Amino acid sequence: MTGHDHDHHHDHDHSELSETELRVRALETILTEKGYVDPAALDAIIQAYETKIGPHNGAQVVAKAWSDPAFKAALLADASKAVSTLGHVSRVGDHLVAVENTPQRHNMVVCTLCSCYPWEMLGLPPVWYKAAPYRSRAVKDPRGVLADFGVSLPKETEIRVWDSTAETRFLVLPMRPAGTDGWSEQQLADLVTRDSMIGTGFPKTPGAPS
Amino acid sequence: MNGVHDMGGMDGFGKVEPEANEPMFHTEWEARVLAMVRAMGAAGAFNIDTSRFYRETLPPPVYLSSSYYKKWFLGLEDLLIDKGYIAARDVAAGHAVEPAKPLKHGKFTLDDIERIMVRGRFGRAAPAPAKFKAGDRVRARNIHPATHTRLPRYVRGHVGVVERDHGCHVFPDSAAMEAGENPQWLYTVVFDGAELWGPDADPTVKISIEAFEPYLETA
Repeated sequence: MTGHDHDHHHDHDHSELSETELRVRALETILTEKGYVDPAALDAIIQAYETKIGPHNGAQVVAKAWSDPAFKAALLADASKAVSTLGHVSRVGDHLVAVENTPQRHNMVVCTLCSCYPWEMLGLPPVWYKAAPYRSRAVKDPRGVLADFGVSLPKETEIRVWDSTAETRFLVLPMRPAGTDGWSEQQLADLVTRDSMIGTGFPKTPGAPS
Repeated sequence: MNGVHDMGGMDGFGKVEPEANEPMFHTEWEARVLAMVRAMGAAGAFNIDTSRFYRETLPPPVYLSSSYYKKWFLGLEDLLIDKGYIAARDVAAGHAVEPAKPLKHGKFTLDDIERIMVRGRFGRAAPAPAKFKAGDRVRARNIHPATHTRLPRYVRGHVGVVERDHGCHVFPDSAAMEAGENPQWLYTVVFDGAELWGPDADPTVKISIEAFEPYLETA
């Protein structure tokens, strides 16, 4: 059996998806008929995920930390508490930890056992974050993984990999790009990418094509 | 359990392949699966640790060849059958033919949406003082439970340093088996790359795990 072929042979994929789709529909029918779930509530869950969470939340937190030293200190001390003071950011759980990138140290987050990820800050994780190549290699060969993202760090930079093996969740606070003096929080937030908050990328560079 | 889900340090899976402009869901059924898992969990059919355990117990070839939400679906179906919320006869018929089993929190409705968009709280009162503090050298125990655990294989037997304690949290190893929350102290423990991967490891790399106290012993 080769999972790779499974995912990429489109003819095969099509029939496989259809079968799965039928099974998923059947399960929803069963759960609905048994009175366990209201299908309208399932619709509402999906809509909430599609509209309320996403990397824009994390980007606002990062931009605020870049702009406000007191907030940054509070964020690094207790990220859940600090984020909860920002009314416009989606409500966050108790166990958020922010980790700061510096010229000496780069942080990178993984969940080798499943797919733990700070949903409220970053939205649902991308497929690569949940897939075997990243989960297997991030802890053993983080520089190789970064190279897959086109990211290269100075040889002497310490790399700290955070394996999310409990309910604590990690948000990387990337370094503020040069050339952004005097920028507003909103301008700064536009530079913050999802991957820069996982540690597999950098923020956008001012003036560079996005 | 020593399953294929415990992937840290395995070789041969190839390059990481980020997808440009990746959609939140690749098919409509993926979204339905996510919603059903969230709804049935919130209704009290299972806790998050039990749902993880059911994905881990999928046969290794199935785990490795199924997409992420396919694993969620297969784990959900197995779990609901095992716990008696649905029957194999329901699944075969594609309809509810067996009677329903009461859910701890009742039917999942629109009124419940708000509460599932905030993460659950896993911190608990401490039943005993912490055994370790920041700076302590600890060894990850060489244990191999056959059931759910959050101690990855790649650290077992290795020595690291406690960096931070997070207070007491629900212990997944107990919760997954529905054996109670059994709260335990939770620590960030940091390992040098060479301690885990040998003398050829990149000397600039450090790896941390979140370790529950029963996973650790004094080094």
